[in-house]
Amino acid sequence: MRAKFSRPSWLGTPWALACGVLLLLLAQPLWAGIEAFPFADRAQEVRYQKLTSELRCVKCQNNSLADSEGMIAADIRREVFDMVQAGKTDAQIVDFFVVRYGDFVRYMPRFEPLTYVLWLGPLLLLPLGIWWLARSLHARAKQAAIQAEEA
Amino acid sequence: MKRWLPLLAFALLAVVLGIGLTLDPQRLPNMLQDKPLPEFSAASLDGARIVTSAELRGKPMVLNVFASWCPTCVHENPVLLEFAKASDALVVGLAYKDQPEDTRAWLDRFGNPFDLVIQDPDGKIGIDLGITGAPESYFVDRTGVVRDKHVGELTWDSLSDYARKIQ
Repeated sequence: MRAKFSRPSWLGTPWALACGVLLLLLAQPLWAGIEAFPFADRAQEVRYQKLTSELRCVKCQNNSLADSEGMIAADIRREVFDMVQAGKTDAQIVDFFVVRYGDFVRYMPRFEPLTYVLWLGPLLLLPLGIWWLARSLHARAKQAAIQAEEA
Repeated sequence: MKRWLPLLAFALLAVVLGIGLTLDPQRLPNMLQDKPLPEFSAASLDGARIVTSAELRGKPMVLNVFASWCPTCVHENPVLLEFAKASDALVVGLAYKDQPEDTRAWLDRFGNPFDLVIQDPDGKIGIDLGITGAPESYFVDRTGVVRDKHVGELTWDSLSDYARKIQ
């Protein structure tokens, strides 16, 4: 019965290896979207990564620029890279795209009157929820005490 | 009153989410609305000259972003052909991220509705216009101000409506 669990003999052959490599090559779309840019230094690369994850793909609403395969996303990544190379600041780069595509491109919404609810809403809701929970737990405990007394 | 509170809260949430459902999350604002068309200079399709945005002023213009690799553009083309015949607006094609020989072959095959075709091989003009793909169309009045924009395929009716805005 032990033989049932041993390694199949074909697994170690060159053919198995070749098949494995072939299958990996079929996974091409997985790496097709990510270009390798020649960054001058590590700091530039970090800025580029940060910017492309904070800008939204204009074609595909729920992706950041960094995660998108779309053609326009690739073009905009290239533009971001060029601007980082040219020494533009993060704010200048983000503004460049906001002027062209609107606040939609900000994956990290700004803190402004229009987004107060978005940023502050959870902070307000949390204490409200805790207060409500405490109150109902308290009421329930009181109810139980009254019932215990009655019994 | 107190027992209705959860229902009220739920109703409020339902209304807010209901309004949310009627919005199209894919729809980007037209940042060029009532603003001048961005300045650009682009090679004409034959490569013989450089066309600047300044020389395109003076007439109402439909600027159509298209490409030979764009399947929807094939669908849209007959509408533009018809429009170009009927209208005195300038119909300009921006060949977006395309090879000039591919653009020419495409226009030969499906018909050329454009008074002028200019090239945007690396898509830079496209980004300045704020496009997300092809086809997209900009409706520019005679002073060079963008009066509307359409993302995706134009129909005869929508095109006629837009054309009125730039007359």
